[in-house]
Amino acid sequence: MSERTAELTCAELVELVTEYLEEALPGEELERFEEHLVYCSPCVTHVDQMRETIRTTGALREQDLDPGLADELLAAFRGWRGSPA
Amino acid sequence: MPAVTGTEAEQRVEAPASPDELRLVAALRAGDERAFMEVVSRYGPSMLRVARLYVQTRAVAEEVVQEAWLGVLAGIDRFEGRSSFKTWLYRILTNTAKTRAERERRSVPFSALAGAELDEAEPSVEADRFLPQGERWASYWASTPRRFDELPESRLLSGETVGVAQAAIEELPEVQRAVITMRDVAGFSSEDVCDALELSEGNQRVLLHRARTKVRRALELHFEAAGA
Repeated sequence: MSERTAELTCAELVELVTEYLEEALPGEELERFEEHLVYCSPCVTHVDQMRETIRTTGALREQDLDPGLADELLAAFRGWRGSPA
Repeated sequence: MPAVTGTEAEQRVEAPASPDELRLVAALRAGDERAFMEVVSRYGPSMLRVARLYVQTRAVAEEVVQEAWLGVLAGIDRFEGRSSFKTWLYRILTNTAKTRAERERRSVPFSALAGAELDEAEPSVEADRFLPQGERWASYWASTPRRFDELPESRLLSGETVGVAQAAIEELPEVQRAVITMRDVAGFSSEDVCDALELSEGNQRVLLHRARTKVRRALELHFEAAGA
């Protein structure tokens, strides 16, 4: 009983952030995780840093494709519709 | 029963194609060039990044992307929309890339490389950021982390900051780099990453966590150095 309800420490919480964000924490652990966040603003900051990290990484996807490759793909598309497979 | 083209059968229950995607697919079937260019610009850069995880050079990765698009066009008349278009497209891509990597000399499967990366125990945050054992608040923060989201938005998503994330990803061990690229850059679902890399859900999550914590650390160091 006491073990199950032991408070999570910050050092433990930081290991569980991805499981938390992926909604993979089992019910009891999720409760301990969220209880910790209620009173620990540095951990709230840490979890938010992880979210911001994901958002920053996501910005990489917007880089443009090499125009040469895009042109070749368009040519392939035209050729494909021109000659029904 | 109609065969699913280009990829394995869609065995799992998964999100079907959205109405938007079905409209897009109809436009592609009709030969709509603008729709094609839109989908190429939406997914092309991510596809190239993912292809680069499997093959050695950018040139070969570009060939993989081209071949994957040809597979998409060849199969699109039979696309049934039981999975999302994106999932279907990425499956064709990863299968094409895998086949190509096997043909080239280097093809140690990701699943075989994952073991070593999983065995390494690495704390997500350096131990000295927490109060030591014996203290009243042992294992609680010794120094409060700084909020990233108080930085101006333009700063957070600036080319410079995104470049820091990119450099950190390039430094990652191979499988962690693959997992974070697929999940957080290309936007694969966790199921699709597990399929593509032959990882269990749990291991995929551990590797994603390690990758993200290293990128987070790189961003934190960058902001500290810049005196944010």
